[in-house]
Amino acid sequence: MTEQDIMNPKKMPLQPEKATLEGKNKFLGFWFFLGGEAVLFASLFGTYLALNGSLNGGKSAEEMFGLPLVFIMTMLLLTSSLTSVYAMHHLRNNDFKRLQLWMSITVILGLGFLACEIYEFYHYITDYGFTFRSSAFGSAFYTLVGFHGGHVVFGLAWITALIVRNAKRGLNLYNAPKYYIASLYWHFIDVVWVFIFTVVYLMGVL
Amino acid sequence: MSTLAASNKRSFWSVVWDYITTVDHKKIGVLYLIAGGFFFLLGGLEALAIRWQLVKPMNDFVSAGFYNELITMHGTTMIFLAAMPLIFAFMNAVIPLQIGARDVAFPFLNSLGLWLFVFGGIMLNVGWFTGGAADAGWTAYTPLSTISPGEGMDYYVIGLQISGAGTLMAGINFLVTIINMRAPGMTYMRLPLFTWTSFVASALILFAFPALTVGLFLMMFDRMFDSAFFDPAMGGNSIIWQHLFWIFGHPEVYILILPIFGVFSEVVSTFSRKRLFGYSAMVFATVLIAFLGFMVWAHHMFTVGMGAAANAIFAVATMTIAVPTGIKIFNWLFTMWRGSIQITTPMLYALGFIPTFTIGGMTGVMLAAATADYQYHDSYFVIAHFHYVIIGGTVFGLLAATHYWWPRMFNRMLDERLGKITFWIFFVGFHLTFMIQHFLGLWGMPRRYWVYLPDQGLDLGNAISTAGAFLMAIAVLILLYNIIKTAIKGEPCGDDPWDGRTLEWAVPIPAPHYNFKQVPLVRGLDPLWVEKMDGRKEMTPSEPLDDIHMPNNTVLPFVMTIGFFIAGFGFIYQKYDNALNALIFVGMGIALGAMLVRSLKDDLGYHIPKKELEKEARK
Ligand code: HEM
Ligand SMILES: [Cu+2]
Repeated sequence: MTEQDIMNPKKMPLQPEKATLEGKNKFLGFWFFLGGEAVLFASLFGTYLALNGSLNGGKSAEEMFGLPLVFIMTMLLLTSSLTSVYAMHHLRNNDFKRLQLWMSITVILGLGFLACEIYEFYHYITDYGFTFRSSAFGSAFYTLVGFHGGHVVFGLAWITALIVRNAKRGLNLYNAPKYYIASLYWHFIDVVWVFIFTVVYLMGVL
Repeated sequence: MSTLAASNKRSFWSVVWDYITTVDHKKIGVLYLIAGGFFFLLGGLEALAIRWQLVKPMNDFVSAGFYNELITMHGTTMIFLAAMPLIFAFMNAVIPLQIGARDVAFPFLNSLGLWLFVFGGIMLNVGWFTGGAADAGWTAYTPLSTISPGEGMDYYVIGLQISGAGTLMAGINFLVTIINMRAPGMTYMRLPLFTWTSFVASALILFAFPALTVGLFLMMFDRMFDSAFFDPAMGGNSIIWQHLFWIFGHPEVYILILPIFGVFSEVVSTFSRKRLFGYSAMVFATVLIAFLGFMVWAHHMFTVGMGAAANAIFAVATMTIAVPTGIKIFNWLFTMWRGSIQITTPMLYALGFIPTFTIGGMTGVMLAAATADYQYHDSYFVIAHFHYVIIGGTVFGLLAATHYWWPRMFNRMLDERLGKITFWIFFVGFHLTFMIQHFLGLWGMPRRYWVYLPDQGLDLGNAISTAGAFLMAIAVLILLYNIIKTAIKGEPCGDDPWDGRTLEWAVPIPAPHYNFKQVPLVRGLDPLWVEKMDGRKEMTPSEPLDDIHMPNNTVLPFVMTIGFFIAGFGFIYQKYDNALNALIFVGMGIALGAMLVRSLKDDLGYHIPKKELEKEARK
């Protein structure tokens, strides 16, 4: 395939994200990467489950966590996953404008989630004195939820960079895989959150 | 050495620049070999110092504290900075050729993985110069490791985190390379065994290393940011570290040995002039070992107090691994059966490996008997066990691979006579060092102790063990002499010096940087042998001659690594002065900046035009 075919394909293939060998490699490699990430989060969950009762005299999950805020956060993130699915739909449709639009909405929803999370941490720290250093429970909580939050930040920066970089040119076989794996990453973050919601918050208060 | 010799005409710095920015898997393989070899020598020196301290009772060659640093750095260096990178050296040098690929799937990541390993290794060793290296054992059990004073353990944490990230990338790269880049006809069940076992080892890396990553993060947070994971006073639990470490650690030992099983499979088959006996059983056994390898980590923790039920389950699970391992041993023996065996240096290592490794496996099963392990645990018996499998397996295998693939990498044969002398001295030295350690352990000598009392029945055994260690050192010196001698005086060896069977021997020596002018068509297991048996000298091409697409060199992986390296110092020293947080921001800024450039700047590689390839052919 010549450079021309990749950067300005005459006809967009059905799955532009996997039309080149580089695209195929990225796609598969990223799935493997997510497999590794799954083990990473599994280890963090295990640590959390071992330590979530070690309060060191501080407040317990049941006394601190409020489900309404977490529910809003969950909705924001789940919706952002959905909007990135729309974006991928338009990637397959070769409708670059809508792809950019839905990706932007994804970013905005992600920012909303992040704002809630920052507020949540702030609330625990100032109102309950529940910090990273106050108990083993605190360390485990902020590490698990914080690692997820860090992934959200990275994902937002990544998707924003893609949107800005490609704003002046259309979709091609070189950037399609990039969009695609960014959205894969975003879904993964979403799935991890579902587990956090269940294990940390639901099981914490119920 | 071809790659170096060919560049003689260029200035020194342009060669350095070429290697820093290279994305060619063959050059990256050479760099892994050099760096891994360097750390192997370093770890060897540490081993000699340990053995010299133990040569006689109540010796005062080194202080107790320094002894702790020596054993910690020896283990960490050998596993993470010598054995694994040397395996990666051969994976890089050989696998793309074995599967008929022009390149790896992620040349950029491949280079990044290399540099992360190199600088992670340097980081680990910086501790020596800042008041003491890591000293809590290579297993870094908490709370010893979290309360160890000074920065040694900080360097351990950050150094391993950086080099571990590199390893993970290398693993993903090889997984995708082997799945996506195979030549036409190279089906899974025609993959050479070295490729197969490296593939499975890469999967182990992918699923095992993240557990270490998390463990290291938690330790980093406890040491540098006062979190409470492992601090019982704050409700923490120090056993979590042991679980995370061994969930990584047991698969790690299979990461070290599986590719070596592959090396020996190639060597035994080549020098018995027979196809491998029980190829599909070998593949099956490899996958089974990997699968079981994830379910046995707690056999390192029998004495922690997990309870009888857990101990029993992990004991039985551990013992089952001996079954697929046994399958392999018999397959190698049957491959040799009625073969026309050539005793070359690599073959000698294979012959030495089989009984040695079998002994190591046997002591493994002994250790797996949980009740008996209360006696063996943390004694020299364990030391003997894992050196039998790691030296008798991994190091023998790496030495075999060195002699076997040296001509492939450097266009020189290593001197066979010197090679055989090396083998015999190393082999004898090895058994002298470690056989007696089984008995020292059973006689009650604990591991990791700095001194022992006289007249406890341990004196002679330790002296013998030390003598053996120096024999091994002599063997390594002879190997180095061999390398230097053949580099200076050796003749180019030309193509296919061993009369090989697999595709890497179908590529001319030295290899063009695109490996295959035309990607070959694979018509069976041992594809080159298949063609030879049909009376052909070369592979049949699977495509007409055409433009070849190759990736561009890039300095970004190096820059990114430097960024993480700088940030590492920031993390370690911020506790002394908040201003040092600046290092974290600068370092991460460089790393993330390089990442951003990588993401935003188009890099489509380049084409070698068909005309140029035709011209080359006529030359
Ligand atoms: C038949 C297969 C094997 C079995 C059943 C086995 C079993 C065991 C057991 C039960 C222990 C724990 C002993 C203790 O600490 O009390 C152990 C330690 C160890 N094994 Fe194996 N093993 C096998 C093969 C291997 C292989 C192939 C390697 C590496 C290439 C290896 C490397 C190690 C290491 C490094 C340790 C000690 C770790 C430490 O405490 O520092 N083993 N093995
Ligand atoms: Cu083990």
